[in-house]
Amino acid sequence: MCLAIPGKIIEISPDNPDSALVDVVSVRRKVDLGLLENDRPQPGDWVLIHVGFAMSKISEEDALDQMQTLRMLGETEAALEEAQGYGLEEQDRTPHPKQ
Amino acid sequence: MRFVDEFRDPELVTRTAAEIRRLVDPARHYRFMEVCGGHTHAIYRFGLKDLLPENIELIHGPGCPVCVLPMGRIDDGLSLAQDPNVIFAAFGDMMRVPGRTGSPLEHKARGMDVRIVYSPSDALKLARANPDRHVMFFAIGFETTAPSTALTILRAKKEGIRNFSVFCNHVTIIPAIRAILDSPDMRLDAFIGPGHVSTVIGCRPYEWIVKDEHKPIVVSGFEPLDMLQSVAMLLRQLKNAECKVENQYKRVVPWEGNRAALRKMAEVFQLRPYFEWRGLGFISQSALRIRSEYAEFDAEQRFEVPGVRVTDPKAAQCGEVLKGVLKPHQCKLFGHECTPEHPIGALMVSSEGSCAAYYKYEHPKTAMVNILSQTA
Repeated sequence: MCLAIPGKIIEISPDNPDSALVDVVSVRRKVDLGLLENDRPQPGDWVLIHVGFAMSKISEEDALDQMQTLRMLGETEAALEEAQGYGLEEQDRTPHPKQ
Repeated sequence: MRFVDEFRDPELVTRTAAEIRRLVDPARHYRFMEVCGGHTHAIYRFGLKDLLPENIELIHGPGCPVCVLPMGRIDDGLSLAQDPNVIFAAFGDMMRVPGRTGSPLEHKARGMDVRIVYSPSDALKLARANPDRHVMFFAIGFETTAPSTALTILRAKKEGIRNFSVFCNHVTIIPAIRAILDSPDMRLDAFIGPGHVSTVIGCRPYEWIVKDEHKPIVVSGFEPLDMLQSVAMLLRQLKNAECKVENQYKRVVPWEGNRAALRKMAEVFQLRPYFEWRGLGFISQSALRIRSEYAEFDAEQRFEVPGVRVTDPKAAQCGEVLKGVLKPHQCKLFGHECTPEHPIGALMVSSEGSCAAYYKYEHPKTAMVNILSQTA
């Protein structure tokens, strides 16, 4: 959970400036931009994402370096799992049995 | 130097390692604490020890939020979720952490409704999708994660959601560093500062470490080159008799931190008078609780919490490992009774726990040496 995953902003939601569609390790997920309200990223910008929230804007070069770091740390899979988990996609596909 | 070829800019890595050897005083033993569990993981994964002179000792710090949580808090959280109307939501890291009556995953096997979420906002989404149930998010993390929980609570309030609460275990890094420096059995020369916590808090909160404690600190990134550069920066300060806060991770960490994130945290949270840390005991003003203005989203204000206190199993030495007094393999249970498959303490479970990192990367090497020496 201390992963910081780089993602590229694809589009900002037209009805919610805090919600963006972001390309994260090749999956597209909704990411919350509410913690960057002082320095709002635009489509095409790169951000570092932690638990579904963009934490800081970074350059494309640093984003690619960060991906390389995750690869070297053997955490690409964990990053992909985390990104796929945003929005509860897994749970949506396999509903949890109710008690 | 197993992975040096796959490092970014291997030539610069080699040059930095050479510079470190030049800067080192061979007559001196250096003890540097890396505060962040992410750094501990990187040190073992990359075999950084192999690149450093032998008289530089890296001490693993308390910066793993799962590891520092005392067992009683897990039991408290799980006790609230005994109610069949409650959905217990937590990050995956928490799932295998043992409580006195088992881990969240074991409770799930016994029928508790336990869900893994990857974001606090997904716990809120669960609440929206299950209006007839109560969703309790078991929140953990340092200042990296706390702003996301704060913003989620602000959103829940704005939407008027009634069936969502947070069991708040957010902790703050500075008091933990202070507790370690106050510990009589700990002698440190300098700190490798946490990278991602600092994206939020910035570098200023570390200034007392240089002013009052006269220990240099370098906020560091997580790549091998980052960490080697940070070690070189610390050595340069020590050699020149300097003592300052430096930021090696400028590409991500602004000196002032993330003011919007700090504002959200301050709006929703206040400091607890004290909080118990595994291994470090009670530390004053070291954790966050939810302000009374948001009491309806605070599981502790909303429900009766038993306030369980559990001492760690006597033989386990998690506390000593967390303080950096012992290396993981020096714990009596390491690799025998306590393994990733059968963890006794959280340090063996969490991806940022030093025992898990040591077990994954160092233990196989040691085991192989033992086998070879026995068969020789």
